[in-house]
Amino acid sequence: MKPGFHSPSRRTRALVGAVAAAATIPLVLAGCSGSGSASTSGGGKTLTIEDYYDANYDPVYEQCAEEVGAEVEINHVAGAGLISKVLQQASSRTLPDVLMLDNPDVQQIAASGALSDLADYGLDADDDVPGVKGANTYEGTLYGLQPNTNSIALYYNKKLLADAGVQPPKTWDELKTAAKTLTKGSTYGFAMSNINTYEGTWQFLPFFWSNGGDEQDIATPEAAQALQLVKDLQDDGSLSKSSINWAQADVNNQFIAGKAAMMINGPWQLPALKEAKDLEFDSVPIPTRTGSETVAPLGGEAFTVPQTGDQEKMQLAGEFVGCLNTDKMQAVLAGVSGNVPTNIEVGKAWAEDHADVASFVTTVQTARARTGELGPDWPKAATKIYTAVQLALTGKADPEAALEQAQSQDQ
Amino acid sequence: MSASTQIRPRATTPAAPLRPGQRRARVRTGITRWAFVVPAALFVAVFFGYPVVKNILMSFQDYTTKTFFTGEAPWVGLANYVSVFQSSVFTTSVVNTALFTAGSIVLQFVIGLGLALFFRRHFPLSGFLRGLLLLPWLLPLIASSAVWKWLLDQDSGALNQLLGVVGIAPVPWLVSPSLALIAVIGVNVWLGIPFNTTILYSGLQSVPPELYEAGSLDGATGFKAFWYITWPSIRSVVSVVVVLGVVYTLKVVDIILGLTGGGPANSTQTLATNAYHQSFINFQFGIGAAVSNVLIVASFVFAMVYIVISRKAVDE
Repeated sequence: MKPGFHSPSRRTRALVGAVAAAATIPLVLAGCSGSGSASTSGGGKTLTIEDYYDANYDPVYEQCAEEVGAEVEINHVAGAGLISKVLQQASSRTLPDVLMLDNPDVQQIAASGALSDLADYGLDADDDVPGVKGANTYEGTLYGLQPNTNSIALYYNKKLLADAGVQPPKTWDELKTAAKTLTKGSTYGFAMSNINTYEGTWQFLPFFWSNGGDEQDIATPEAAQALQLVKDLQDDGSLSKSSINWAQADVNNQFIAGKAAMMINGPWQLPALKEAKDLEFDSVPIPTRTGSETVAPLGGEAFTVPQTGDQEKMQLAGEFVGCLNTDKMQAVLAGVSGNVPTNIEVGKAWAEDHADVASFVTTVQTARARTGELGPDWPKAATKIYTAVQLALTGKADPEAALEQAQSQDQ
Repeated sequence: MSASTQIRPRATTPAAPLRPGQRRARVRTGITRWAFVVPAALFVAVFFGYPVVKNILMSFQDYTTKTFFTGEAPWVGLANYVSVFQSSVFTTSVVNTALFTAGSIVLQFVIGLGLALFFRRHFPLSGFLRGLLLLPWLLPLIASSAVWKWLLDQDSGALNQLLGVVGIAPVPWLVSPSLALIAVIGVNVWLGIPFNTTILYSGLQSVPPELYEAGSLDGATGFKAFWYITWPSIRSVVSVVVVLGVVYTLKVVDIILGLTGGGPANSTQTLATNAYHQSFINFQFGIGAAVSNVLIVASFVFAMVYIVISRKAVDE
């Protein structure tokens, strides 16, 4: 240090130092003052709920909270980030009292020991469509209940089909012919999502399962036939080559813009479809090779009760989940979400009043849970399926070879 | 006598006792120095050192969703690495990473240098244009990749419509496995040009104009002036730009995820996107850690190469 350096007097420096230190105190206090969410003070028990829905589900939660005699603190998380948040909360032991999970994730989270047995709260899924039990049961124990479910069906543009004199197809041959006839100008006859995510797998499953394909080993002749169908649709020019890059939302946009005469999609698109001007549409179950029963994947989200260690709260949360699953609330939730109730009787009554989801009520009765056979190992099989579809559609391999290659791939 | 004078002990400061004020001042200086270094060192240790160490450990464990709840991550040794190296996706991603990085850097650099040389001349609005050039770099990457995804759509994208005017059939930019990587490299080049241009431009500014005058007297104009005068003067800037570019490009994830998600059929899957996919989509954190460690080693090797080269340059 050069001796000539002029430093301020010691008193000035001490003063500046004290002011700087004092300035950090409010910052520290702000950082320490909790996570910011309103916590009830005194009286009433509070249940925390976490889901990836939006605010129009809040009245439903409030209603059930009132019925079980508790306050409810709702936390909506963005869809893609829910699992990451759940893992974070699991490791910091701050899981919510009621946790909503997309049904294929239930078994994986249950396997980690984070969820509690719903039989402890007297709940069961016996009156619901069979797929619900398949999806939410891990090693014989029921971990989740789904008030609503959805699936996918074949939507068609009534006007375009009427103009071409085409009936909604029931078999694969009818589908290929109809799609080819409907392909005119810049309109493709058929659209589906074949993207390299679980959405692509979800959309391929109806063709795969209805023909006898099985996720334990996807390299079977039946699976190859299903994949050949999609490839034929693309080779005919009825299905755009861009389908390998489309998510279901993109498929919906193509249909609404009149660029696709038929599409595979689900009832969550109804708000957008109804809003579209001059669009007359309807839906039928997805065609199968011989016209037999469609086996489509079971959608919808389940409500679970995580292990939080507070037995009293867990009991209350169990009652809350039970409330959400009563016939009355299933119908209310179906009205909010646009999906269909899982209770078989309630569903039948719902189909009579809601013609636009009638085909889905039929489909979900035979819908299959994605995690029904493989449980927590489903994600690997799902990856193999969309990899095979992509290999076949990009022409890198023919359907049999694509399925073999994908099946042997471990990641 | 002569021997002892040759081995004269080195002159040390006389061991006179320090006055109390002097010792306090010296201690205070020492503490002040450490006070500047400690926060930064702490930050690096916590936010860089700990994650790297934890990542290396994770790659030897079976770390899945179960671990988050039970806290157990059984040690599996090299099993994750074996499984990674044996998978065909890994080989594809290594090749794609190499192609993506090489292609991006070469094109970004050449175009960036060309633009920097072009802007050396001052013409009306040149400053404004140079400012506009920065735009791709300033936009959020996810927004850019979403818009590029629309532009490159095969049926209704603007680029194919433009090519259609000249009579070229719609090109399957993001849909064909062979073209998808080229399309992704193209978008990355578009994003990286501003960075290269700006830094190379400032490097060019520091070349003294007298050299050009002297050179033109000897007949070095145009390309010769560039090769013999400009290039040697900006070599240090070039090496900075290239190293920063490579290290950044090796870990690019958001552009690729936004445009193709690693598809179609893994044709744009790089080491970084593969690691992301393994960790955050498959929740196989051990395998994702193994893949990202391979990436870290690759970056490290390149950094070592750079240090060796720049050392040699200094010695020259």
